[in-house]
Amino acid sequence: MNRKLFDYVERHNFIYDLSGVTKFLCFMIAGAAVMFTYDIRVMVLVFLVSMAAFLMSQITFRQIRLMVIYVAIFMVMNILLTFLFSPQYGVEIYGTKHVIFTITERYTLTWEQVMYQGSKVMKYCAIIPLGMIFILATHPSEMASSMNRIGIPYKATYALALTLRYFPDVIRDYQDISVAQQARGLDMSRKEKLGRRIKNVINICVPLIFTTLDRIELISNAMDLRGFGMHKKRTWYCAKKLTVADFLALGICIALLLLSIAMIVFVNHSRYYNPFI
Amino acid sequence: MDWKKCWKFGTKTIVATALGAAIFLVLNMFVKVPTGIPETQVQTCYGVCAFFAGLFGPICSALIAFIGHALGDAISYGSVWWSWVIASGVAGCIYGFSFAKLRVDEGIFTGKDIVFFNVVQVIGNVIAWIVVAPVLDILMYGEPVNLVFTQGAVAAASNIVSAGVIGTLLLLIYAKTRSTKGSLKEED
Repeated sequence: MNRKLFDYVERHNFIYDLSGVTKFLCFMIAGAAVMFTYDIRVMVLVFLVSMAAFLMSQITFRQIRLMVIYVAIFMVMNILLTFLFSPQYGVEIYGTKHVIFTITERYTLTWEQVMYQGSKVMKYCAIIPLGMIFILATHPSEMASSMNRIGIPYKATYALALTLRYFPDVIRDYQDISVAQQARGLDMSRKEKLGRRIKNVINICVPLIFTTLDRIELISNAMDLRGFGMHKKRTWYCAKKLTVADFLALGICIALLLLSIAMIVFVNHSRYYNPFI
Repeated sequence: MDWKKCWKFGTKTIVATALGAAIFLVLNMFVKVPTGIPETQVQTCYGVCAFFAGLFGPICSALIAFIGHALGDAISYGSVWWSWVIASGVAGCIYGFSFAKLRVDEGIFTGKDIVFFNVVQVIGNVIAWIVVAPVLDILMYGEPVNLVFTQGAVAAASNIVSAGVIGTLLLLIYAKTRSTKGSLKEED
């Protein structure tokens, strides 16, 4: 178990110096740009832009190795499941059928299916570099302030800030409890029966939750004593002013979104780009 | 039924949301009970979410599931599968409506309450995983219809088990640690 799943490393370059608002908005806007479209050309363009931003951010491979493994597993599962459940979905969408090879009648691999599933993988991959930038290159304290600035109520974003603050603590508590219970003979592995395993999980959850409930009392009292939530607005310790670079980055992302919408409305006349006709 | 207390969002609820989301995140990433069916796990985090729902109400539990799921996705995959994250939020919110009737904080969690809590969580899971998640998957991501409804049904079943077993047990245990109102009597 890795306690430092996402560790923030201080760096200074174009991407790191962008304000948290910008990174969050770029992630959301570029995400919206690839969410609805199934035009692989648009998605490749978004992927290239976000990959360029990722390279500029100088995030090292060591920081993202675990994520890459998770993503790869997820992608393979999704590809297999999609093919298992809807092997002819591509044919349905594109309306033509170019067979590559046949396993059984239902499981015939077609170029249309390859196109559909390839687009789906691309749709997912296009946004990952930006997601990694948002997670790894934004100061955790700045995330909440940036979300508050685009209109999300500060009480909700403050909850997010506290989550990020106490996430490592909860992991530590969980590890301590889990190790202590295992030392007392609690088996968490597949060897136990399902009912027993759920009971064992509860044996870990109960102390974890009770320590947390105590902590909730402590923190909320401390916050109340300092007058938290008295006013409708609050200021943030970590908030950067927007600079030219921020507007540039936002401009690029908005342009991508507009391009994606324009392709749907004016060029493809649907979500799908059809190279088969 | 006391609907008013559902919409309070005081300091304690905010902190409960934050730490609840942190627990949700940890459980979401590390603690999954394998059922024996491949790639199907009982997500313990929804049980804990249901517990917080019964204790702090719908805003708290909706945010716990939403923040916990979105952060979990972002941290492990670098991207967020919004349709399921939104469905999580919906599930959490509906769990929270049981808060209107429950008085776990006063040490009361009777058989009737257990039934009510479980009816609410089953409704929440069915709406979230068999309606919201698949429909959003199709609208937002263009996923194949039969795949998403199968995934939704599996998720609903496993989350009903999680919220039903873990949520109920945690609430029972918590209610026992609270002293009931008026349990102290003046000695004659």
